[in-house]
Amino acid sequence: MLVKQLSVFMENKPGRLYKLTNALGKEGLDFVTLSIADTKDYGIVRFIARDNDKAYEVLKNAGFAVEQTSLIGVEVPDVPNALAEVIGLLEKEDINIEYLYSFVLTNYNTAKILLKVEETDKAIKLFEGKGIKLLSEKIL
Amino acid sequence: MKSRVKDYIYSPQYECLSRSEMQALQSERLVKLVKRVYDNVAVYRAKMDAIKLKPEDIRSVDDLYKLPFTTKQDLRNNYPFGMLCAPKEEIVRLHASSGTTGKLTVVGYSQNDLDVWAECVCRALGMAGVTKEDTVHVAYGYGLFTGGLGLHDGATKMGATVVPASSGNTKRQLSLLRDFGATAIACTPSYAIYLGTEMENNGISVDELKLKVGIFGAEPWSDNMRKEIERTLNIDALDIYGLSEISGPGVAMECMAKNGSHVQEDHFIPEIVDPVTLEPLPYGEKGELVFTTITKTGQPLVRYRTRDITSLNAEKCSCGRTTVRMNKVLGRNDDMLIIRGVNVFPSQIEAAIMNVSGVAPHYMIYVDRVDNLDVMEIHVEVNESISSDTVGSLEALRKKIESEIHSYLGISARVRLVEPNTVQRSEGKAVRVIDKRKI
Repeated sequence: MLVKQLSVFMENKPGRLYKLTNALGKEGLDFVTLSIADTKDYGIVRFIARDNDKAYEVLKNAGFAVEQTSLIGVEVPDVPNALAEVIGLLEKEDINIEYLYSFVLTNYNTAKILLKVEETDKAIKLFEGKGIKLLSEKIL
Repeated sequence: MKSRVKDYIYSPQYECLSRSEMQALQSERLVKLVKRVYDNVAVYRAKMDAIKLKPEDIRSVDDLYKLPFTTKQDLRNNYPFGMLCAPKEEIVRLHASSGTTGKLTVVGYSQNDLDVWAECVCRALGMAGVTKEDTVHVAYGYGLFTGGLGLHDGATKMGATVVPASSGNTKRQLSLLRDFGATAIACTPSYAIYLGTEMENNGISVDELKLKVGIFGAEPWSDNMRKEIERTLNIDALDIYGLSEISGPGVAMECMAKNGSHVQEDHFIPEIVDPVTLEPLPYGEKGELVFTTITKTGQPLVRYRTRDITSLNAEKCSCGRTTVRMNKVLGRNDDMLIIRGVNVFPSQIEAAIMNVSGVAPHYMIYVDRVDNLDVMEIHVEVNESISSDTVGSLEALRKKIESEIHSYLGISARVRLVEPNTVQRSEGKAVRVIDKRKI
């Protein structure tokens, strides 16, 4: 029920992101999602590739500090307040969100939200109970 | 600023000798020293036997170059008392300085050695115009470090009023300086700068102080720092040089000409050698400073390599002293750093880093001086298997390294995490330090 994501530690310096994207591009790997968290000195590049396992291998071999993590993915209608409702559920149960990003697939009129929370199992049960559509890696 | 220092020569019978008189005195003392260490210190006997050198081969200072060198490693290898030349009951004091792997460099002093040291500090105080009329505020740390007790014993011998303030508690230091009316202060130059900036915050004006002169050492400092200290504290700022292995502060001291430090060469013969070939170099040339302690009895050292890079100057000084002067220390030829007066070895930083999982033993130390204060930033490579998913976990890792370094070294450093395989690898001895300080 979880979506696999890769996180790469990266210094906040020109040329770093190119090195990463080029390493994957050369191997014919493309991104499904990509998001970057930045601090003054470094950033974390988080992404889902079409073939995550291969992307992980490629980056490991190229010497990147890469980690596999699992996210909860949910699909909601692409309408106002949809995101707020999902977050509201977690808040009510006091589940802390470490980070979140979302994207919209225009063909389907739905928005997909990817979340990293502190209590994954509890959050999944909560969403299932409320009938919220959860994503698996395949659906992406 | 008009100087209020009235300097004088404390021991003219030794500080104003002609070159030939000084060499005759040094020769006489050197010959006795060599016999003393050969007879009493196994390390020296072994070193001399190895090159088939007999004590009687040393007849004057001209033979000094024949003697083997002593290094900090010799002191570590013979920790703690293997380098003592006198029986233990004659040792009255032990000092020590921090080493690379937690092993201290120990120096044992006989009463004679403390007397020699105090005499040298008195000569230094004379250069700073300090007499028994003065009050000397000693804000060097007291303890195993030689700064505090060195100045303390010298100023006591002088008959001055000594305020043994030791280091720390700046607010109290400033009130003591004002209330006790100290006329001279001894501390590290960076602490003097700090005192100057803290005066205002503590509501103390420089006009309330009676300070005339400062005796600053234990770390390299620049003429710009001198100007800054002299301006903010309204004093003359003089450089004192020393190292615990040789004696402590007072091995050399700057006179009011402020143009090189006079070496007390009737006690410590200075040499400059090429740091690579170890061949002696003539006066004026830059190289590694080497000392032979010719009057000490507790733990005398023969041709001790200080690792400090400087040059010597035998020209007559305008102050009237004839003792040779050493120029400001330009750097060190080993990897030891002096950060805010604290000895720091890259290997200590490495040991601290290796206590933390998630990082590789690859790091680079950047040292700089910002607003006259030393700052250290350490770039540490993360390893490929760290938890790199959240800023929280990376920040926790960074903070952990910072706190390990602080507990190992006692000083703070900023840590920056860098990607795997980005710290330059070198063949042979790794370059671990980039010192950007402009002294």
